[in-house]
Amino acid sequence: MIFCTIGTQAPFDRMLKIIDEIAPLIDEEVIAQVYKTDVKLKNIRTVDFLSPTEFNEIFNSARLIVAHAGMGTIISALVRQKPIIIFPRIASLGEHRNEHQLATAEKMKALGYVYVAQNADELKDLILKKDLVPLHKIKDYASESLINELKSVIG
Amino acid sequence: MKKKRILAVASIGGHWIQLLRITKPLEEFYEVVYLSTNSKCQSLVPENKFFHIQDFNRWSIWQAIPATIKILFVLLFIRPKAVITTGAAPGLLTLIIARMFFINTIWIDSIANVKRLSSSGKIARKIAHKIYTQWPNLVDDKVKYAGNIFGD
Repeated sequence: MIFCTIGTQAPFDRMLKIIDEIAPLIDEEVIAQVYKTDVKLKNIRTVDFLSPTEFNEIFNSARLIVAHAGMGTIISALVRQKPIIIFPRIASLGEHRNEHQLATAEKMKALGYVYVAQNADELKDLILKKDLVPLHKIKDYASESLINELKSVIG
Repeated sequence: MKKKRILAVASIGGHWIQLLRITKPLEEFYEVVYLSTNSKCQSLVPENKFFHIQDFNRWSIWQAIPATIKILFVLLFIRPKAVITTGAAPGLLTLIIARMFFINTIWIDSIANVKRLSSSGKIARKIAHKIYTQWPNLVDDKVKYAGNIFGD
């Protein structure tokens, strides 16, 4: 199963349309989390707001994650060892308040942690590839140096 | 000895997930009380005291009024030794109010902000007792780096 998630802050119809378009070419189930969407999605199963528990259930059973460049999703994928394709929101298209998703995606790609698609063609190519793997594993918690620093600051 | 109390604040989503990666290891040393913007966030901290406020951002700033009242209530009721937040706007508001009560305030900018501090982080820079970035290239005279939520 492929799980597409766009967070809970704003719609992201551009990504959902692309996914819906290529879904007939994919031989597994596609589930997309939608938020105030205006488009009719014909080929994919959609879910609305999910509690963290529901989100985790779907996330854990997915083979591949396709997502906006939200850190929550990226962290979840890295912790659970799921291959993830990032499709950043573009603020100039009204998809976010600022362009930080482009920078976040670029950085995560440079670190070699995630796959990144910048446009519809790149997204299609990546989704249809069968050999995507989890690229990086992170630890369970933040750096020990950060935790120790906070302990000394709080006292 | 009774553990000291801290209040940990974050909006639902990436901010909340980042916060938990920082505060879960702190729970060994402190009683961590959580404040978020959606009641469903409680499912990830079932053992802890938990409060939630209405979410808001620059597009829905009027929602900050009921949030302010609730934050005042939580701070007076909990009396934390420190407030720690990973953002976004509701975290900043909590930090501002906490500062007025002489509570130690700590801002950790989201790891999503790779090129510059978040807009809330820039305000927090002037207000918080301590401010941390998760990227070494964003360090300056006030903004420190001590690690990140990846645990690298």
